[in-house]
Amino acid sequence: MSDLKIRPIIGLEVHVQLATRTKLFCPCELEFAAEPNSRTCPVCLGLPGALPVMNRQAFEYAVLGGLALGCDIAPLTKWDRKSYYYPDMPKNYQTSQYDLPVAFDGSFEILASDGTTKKIGIIRAHLEEDAGKNMHEGLDHTRVDLNRAGTPLLEIVTQPDIDNADDAYTFCVELQRLVRFLGISDADMQKGQMRFEPNVNVSITTPDGTEYRTPISEVKNLNSFRSVRGAIEYEIQRQVHAWEDDHGYTLANKGKQNYGWNDAREVTEFQRGKEESHDYRYFPEPDLVPAMLDDSAIESFRARVGELPLARERRYIECYGMTQKDCEIILADLPTAELYEAAANSGADPKTLTKQFVGVWNQLASTHNTTISRLGINSEVVADLAKLVDAGTISASAASQIAEHIYKTGIAQTAGVADIAAKLGLIQERDEGRLEAWIDEVFAANAQAIEDALQNPKKAKAAAGFLRGQLMKVSQGKADPKLAGDLIEKKLNALKDGAD
Amino acid sequence: MSQAIENVASALTRIDQIDPRVRAMAAIWSDRATSRAETLSAPRDAKSPLWGMPVAVKDNICTLDGKTTCASRILEDFQSPYAADVVERLERAGAIIVGKTNLDEFAMGSTTENSGLFPTLNPWNPEYVPGGSSGGSAAAVASRMVEFALGSDTGGSIRQPASFCGVCGLKPTYGRVSRYGLVAFASSLDQIGPLATNAWQLAVLLGVIAGHDSRDSTCFDTPVPDYVSMLNEPMGRLRIGVAAEYFGDGVHPETRKAVESAIETLKKLGAEVSEVRLPHTKYVIACYYLICTAEASSNLARFDGVRYGHRTESPKDYFEVYSKSRAEGFGAEVKRRIMLGTFALSSGYYDQYYNKALRVRTLIRQDFDRAFEQCDAILSPTTPTPAFKFGEKSHSPLEMYLTDIYNCAANLAGIPALSIPCGHTSDGMPIGLQLMGKHFDEAKLLQIAHQFQQVTDFHKKRPAICA
Ligand SMILES: [Zn+2]
Repeated sequence: MSDLKIRPIIGLEVHVQLATRTKLFCPCELEFAAEPNSRTCPVCLGLPGALPVMNRQAFEYAVLGGLALGCDIAPLTKWDRKSYYYPDMPKNYQTSQYDLPVAFDGSFEILASDGTTKKIGIIRAHLEEDAGKNMHEGLDHTRVDLNRAGTPLLEIVTQPDIDNADDAYTFCVELQRLVRFLGISDADMQKGQMRFEPNVNVSITTPDGTEYRTPISEVKNLNSFRSVRGAIEYEIQRQVHAWEDDHGYTLANKGKQNYGWNDAREVTEFQRGKEESHDYRYFPEPDLVPAMLDDSAIESFRARVGELPLARERRYIECYGMTQKDCEIILADLPTAELYEAAANSGADPKTLTKQFVGVWNQLASTHNTTISRLGINSEVVADLAKLVDAGTISASAASQIAEHIYKTGIAQTAGVADIAAKLGLIQERDEGRLEAWIDEVFAANAQAIEDALQNPKKAKAAAGFLRGQLMKVSQGKADPKLAGDLIEKKLNALKDGAD
Repeated sequence: MSQAIENVASALTRIDQIDPRVRAMAAIWSDRATSRAETLSAPRDAKSPLWGMPVAVKDNICTLDGKTTCASRILEDFQSPYAADVVERLERAGAIIVGKTNLDEFAMGSTTENSGLFPTLNPWNPEYVPGGSSGGSAAAVASRMVEFALGSDTGGSIRQPASFCGVCGLKPTYGRVSRYGLVAFASSLDQIGPLATNAWQLAVLLGVIAGHDSRDSTCFDTPVPDYVSMLNEPMGRLRIGVAAEYFGDGVHPETRKAVESAIETLKKLGAEVSEVRLPHTKYVIACYYLICTAEASSNLARFDGVRYGHRTESPKDYFEVYSKSRAEGFGAEVKRRIMLGTFALSSGYYDQYYNKALRVRTLIRQDFDRAFEQCDAILSPTTPTPAFKFGEKSHSPLEMYLTDIYNCAANLAGIPALSIPCGHTSDGMPIGLQLMGKHFDEAKLLQIAHQFQQVTDFHKKRPAICA
């Protein structure tokens, strides 16, 4: 095997569930784990006489996704029926897009495992409806839950541009980040909102220069990044071994084969060969009209997409000094990233802003089970809060209290952040006279600590800290801790000088 | 007693007396219609001429009450949990549905012989077919069980039975009436339309059922004119086109004579009659049957015994749920069309058949666009011959398909077309006249038909069974 040149050829088909409120062709709401068949109507049950109506939101999400993947957007995109019989498919055809997908001919950049950036070609991205779920409960019957039937999916098909399992893994992760960033999908793997089908085969070149290609395996329905990597790694090994056993194990002889992934045993399992492939009898869906977009509409969607997460991450690390971890939070979605940038542009210090996004705002969002952008705080408020901390006007912990107050009352619409801080009594005391009065009070009450600070080198540091803590207590947290610390040190030094 | 109660009672009486000899009704809603008439006690709404009027609805249109069988075993016990848009509109207008009418199974046929329930007889002579697939609706109106009925027209299914039964029937422009709740046969061709005893009634019923419905993406948001008030407007310069392609050798001499005499009548009403050409007419039947069977093969895939409808006893596996339920549930003509359509869409045959048919459809549509540059309506016989006898054509599907030869083009082109009586044969069977119009120009067709009926009385002649 060492004399062989092995080059894996990997393409991916990814199904992304779009984050619309309702289904693709009917008004039923999408809800995970709802009571079986409770989210259904004549349309998604495939009742006689029911007709589909396209969900415009799903279409727009598909356009956004397609643009972000560098695709051309079809000015006219139509629907087709894909026929096959299965109990979870109420009409026994799936409404999908065949020859005029909404997006095509794109490319998407990933940070490859060798440290370079790689562009993965995108053949197409099209909309289609999901099927329901079969629940096989015994040998004699199966129940069908059609809540999922009609869920909008964006199917993304890449060129076979990937040559290793790690890069396939990275592509999937970066794609997840992209669709979340755009807000077009929650891409929650646990809920099956992203599903993967890698197409894998291997080019094997023998020392005499002859090239063999193994049959393409399509591994169906993977629902974790880990299984994508595992299935690809396994397939590469399996195909090379199969070819070594029999040089007739080639694409020309066997064509395309379907495999499943056994997650427990971490192996792929043969499902069917090319002989059993379906004739889907695609034809144009007569119940729907084509969806059209003119150039200006496409351009306005393009403007909404803007710079992609990977490029933004590079810039944020370079310009704002963020870590990758910071980026995870600030690049969670487009409005959050834009909120950050707007605040930075209005003069707030990026370091403090980053700290507050990761700390104050992120905590507030998770406490209230939402995202930073959905807190509804505008960029001026966000910038002002950072500026107040930087100026020492308020403490870092007061910032959290103020943020919470602003969120709950919406008061920042009418009052400045500084006014709110004042109203809440959170402005730090920086008047030296006031501070010295408090220090005198603390010193008078803590003779032992002063003695430790002045005479016991082992305890000096702890004692000074204790005095600072007492001062914050006496001042009810209002003292500017930095200024107060300086004044305490000054007073201790004076006492020390006096004692010498 | 309110007018509504009186109307319904008298319709039910006529149905009781006549229907056993005609078998137009798939279901009779005596109780439901009576109680609805009683609740309609409010004073009659002058704006709605349908208020309190009995109406029959073809049994491939979903109603909340009763069953919607499509005259198929596979749906023999199917109760729709929702009503079609047209049914909601009828009820809002105060119409009272007195029953559902028989049809060829899933609207596939030209005689109602393909009904999975029973055949309907022609009220003029029980040895003759009433036409189809809306044969039940046409026969119910012809025998005056009701004066208003709904049918559906995919390739003549309203006009052809209207002509065979001596009543009026209109296929609206594709997209004029919502298809929501019409069990699909061929989605790009199907259209619900009215059948009635005269053009005024067609105008009334069309005015009620036409209009935008957001649940049907192919339904247009074009304003609905006041068809009734336009009926008596002066027609001004009226240009009627006649196409040689619609007067071929197959036209029955008595049909030809009746239609020619109707042309003379229209000339007296001021019409200018001129020749138009529809050169692709010879491809209409082939094109139509490729498209309609292809769409049907897909539309009827949902009848699988899984969620509703007939399911086979003790299937061996899920494949048998499909294969046996469908084998037991569908009749021969439906199976034939599913197989033809499946074949036409199969990989390797798609371009040769389905795709080619789509291109021919465009040519047929262009024929009409050009013809309508020279005329306002195109006149022809509705059918080459008057009604024929039971069994006469049922041995040959092809011969049967040719009875629709003058009807399918309007469906392929999406244009409106109506049929009105224009004579009777020496045997006393009715003869129909077809008028095809420009897109959304139903008003013109109705106007011509109405003014023709002001000077003729073919539409007033009733079959003896009504006496
Ligand atoms: Zn639904």
